[in-house]
Formats: sequence, structure tokens, C-alpha cells
Amino acid sequence: MTDFLLAIGTTKGLILGRSNDRISWTLSEPQFFMNGVYAVAIDVRGRSPRLLASATSEHWGPSVFHSDDLGVTWAEPDEGSIAFPVDTDVSLGRVWQLAPSLSEPGVVWPGSEPQGLFRSVDGGEHFSFVRTLWDHPHRPDWGAGFGGAAIHSVLAHPTDPGRVVVAMSTGGVYRSDDAGESWSASNFGVKAYFLPDPWPEFGLCVHKIARDPGEADRLYLQNHHGVYRSEDDGRTWTSIAAGLPTDFGFAMVTHPRRSNVAFTFPVQADAARVPPERACRVCRTDDGGDSWTPLSTGLPQDDYYGIVLRDAMCTDDAEPAGVYFGTRNGDVYASPDEGERWSLIGTHLPDVLCVRAAQIA
Amino acid sequence: MTWVVVPGALRQFTGGASSMQVTLGDGATLGDLLDVLAVAQPALARRVRDEQGQVRRFVNIYVDGADVRQAGGLSASVPADAEVLVLPSVAGG
Repeated sequence: MTDFLLAIGTTKGLILGRSNDRISWTLSEPQFFMNGVYAVAIDVRGRSPRLLASATSEHWGPSVFHSDDLGVTWAEPDEGSIAFPVDTDVSLGRVWQLAPSLSEPGVVWPGSEPQGLFRSVDGGEHFSFVRTLWDHPHRPDWGAGFGGAAIHSVLAHPTDPGRVVVAMSTGGVYRSDDAGESWSASNFGVKAYFLPDPWPEFGLCVHKIARDPGEADRLYLQNHHGVYRSEDDGRTWTSIAAGLPTDFGFAMVTHPRRSNVAFTFPVQADAARVPPERACRVCRTDDGGDSWTPLSTGLPQDDYYGIVLRDAMCTDDAEPAGVYFGTRNGDVYASPDEGERWSLIGTHLPDVLCVRAAQIA
Repeated sequence: MTWVVVPGALRQFTGGASSMQVTLGDGATLGDLLDVLAVAQPALARRVRDEQGQVRRFVNIYVDGADVRQAGGLSASVPADAEVLVLPSVAGG
């Protein structure tokens, strides 16, 4: 029997959903209760899935836990798994991203607030600090978006471990071609309408980037106004916003296998953070962003205020791909068929910060 | 012997105990106490202070009833027979 796991990180804990058909779901009681779960990963590279969760208590600080029994029990080293070195003079606010590498078994890349990049080689039990990015001469000029100053996207190249692309808000996209020895800002073509120079080298408020599953050098970017595609691993970007109801939003997700397929959740505008026409809809491209199809069957179309944060939409790895998103007003929707039809599988939950899904049996 | 009173949220790191005893030398400070805790109970200690050694923003510590933030912070004196109370502050939404 097939078995699907959906991890829902919220402002008040982690909720785990299980389903055999991706239509009927059972949701757990919250784990890490009253902790904000800003990042979660379902690492299916090994013989059995490992869950990683970034849980932050407003009182007791941030931690990264791992579970090898599908969330029944969680562990972390007594001394903690992740922290900034003392000489940085900063402390970890929260971990915003936990990205298992596709090219290196055991490697997991977290991105943090403030803008730190870390790396684990033991599946997320211990993390080392990537000092080269922290020491980048641009760092004093990196800023904070409304959500904080964080590295929120880490895209390891699927075949070349030397190539890593990260995105931060604010700061923008940075690339390394030498396994993190050096980093370059990589925002050519991305607009920052809120700066005196709207085409800066860096300082952009990139909200999310995602990699195409078939064409490794093809990336997609949801900007603070603007949606873009890169064909050269993030070196340059061109707009693919035409055809979307709006170019603002936070999430950007690619299909697990099919090239040119990506999903986004449009938001009306920077100054109007609701769905356009207050109609809840996902938009999917099947041609690399040349055109977009609104997907709303089963989604509320009247007076809907919930929006989707940057990590609160995902796909699973099944065929056809499931698509999932959670909103700031605590609704979680699932589609078993690549967004064609949706079901409400959780409601009245806390604000949803992140979702991740996988077929585990 | 100094008694450290642990809030309910952190008792998972003390085996459920509501307090623990710590032996400090003469002239000890709060920083000294937290250093001892970091060795004896690292999972608890790093929830009280961050990797820079600072008491977390929404954690309050009282030494014999006095708020350490008004008494020198990490330099606050901790008498050998003190009661040190760790409490979460009012925070959160």
C-alpha cells in the first residue's frame, strides 16, 4: 500500500499528515508545540526516510532535530547541531532552509537567519559553517526583509557538487562554482524596484528560487515583484511574468521530474498581500514560464485572504506529482494530480510556514 | 550549594527535576554558573544563553529574587547558597 507523508511546519509546531491516496489525510497533533517550524526536510536518499526540522522557540532559541522513525521520536546532539562561530559576534535566529544535496549523499545545506550558510555531511546531525559566504565583502550591505535577514534557498547542483546557488532576502542570488571557496552575486536581469538603482549587482529581495528537474542549469525565481527564469545556472535572468495574474508572490516550486513545469502562488502586490481578486489559485507553467495556467478547482474563489509563504508550497515525488500548499490563515490544500484539483486537508491551523511531502512506501 | 530552579519547559533536560544543585566557588558570577551548566547540562544551558554566551532575550534569571539584568548581567554575583530562578518572560503570539 502506498504511503504519503506531508510535513507541515507552522508557527506553533510541526504537524505530520499521512495518506494512502493523497485525498484523505490524517493529521497529527503538533510536535515542537509552540515552536515555529521554519524549515523541514524529508530526506529520502537513504534506505529509510529521515526527517529534519528546524524548530525555534521564542524563549529557548533555535534547534535542528532529526528523526529516523517518521517523526515518532526526534534527536539532536546535547551540544546542539548548529550555531554561529563565536567570532562572528552573531547568534542563530532560526534556520530557514534544510536542503539535502542531490549530488552528495549525507550532505544537507541549511540557510539561516542572519544570512548564514551551513553544511552537514552526516545527514543533518551536525553542521559546519560556510565562512566564505559570511566573509563576502557585500555582507555588511545585506539587509532584512520583513520576515528577517536570511538565506532561504540553497540549490546544490544535481551532478556537480562544486556548484551551489543560494538566495537571500535581502541580498539576492549568490553562486559558487568551486565548492563554496568563493561566491559571486548573480542577479543580472532581476529588478529591485524599491532601490534608487533598480538593477543593482546585489541587494535584491529575492523570495525563492527553484531548479528545473531536467535541465540543471534552468532556474526559476520569484522576486519581490518579478518572476524570472535563468538558463545558465543563475548567471543571468529573464522575465517570465507575462501571463501571470501578478508578478508578486513568495513561493516557487518545480516538478519532481518533468522539465519546464513550475508552480507559484500569486499575491496581489507588495502593498496588498492577498490573492489577486481574493481568489485562491496556484499558477503552473508547462513550458518553462512562457505561459501560465491558473489552477483553482477545489480552491476558494471568494474573499480569500490567505497567501502562501516562500516555503509553504511543495511537490511530492510520486507519479503524477502531488502538489501541496499551506496558507497564512492555516489552511492546507493538496492536489494528487499536479494541481488540476485540490482538497482542503487541514484548516484552522496556525500560520503555515513550510510544507514538504514524499511518498514513503 | 547553589540551587537552580528550572522551568517546566526545560525539565526534559533535567530528567524531570524542577531544580538542580551546582557547586560554585567564592565570588562566582552568573557567567560562571552558566559555564558550569554548559558542561553539566549542555542541552539546557544553550536554551538559556546563545552561542555568544548571552542570556536569550526572552529568558529571565533571578538570583535570590533579583533580576540579573538589573544586577550586572553575566557579571551578577551568585552567592554560594543562592537560589537562581530561570523563567520564560512574557513573549510570543
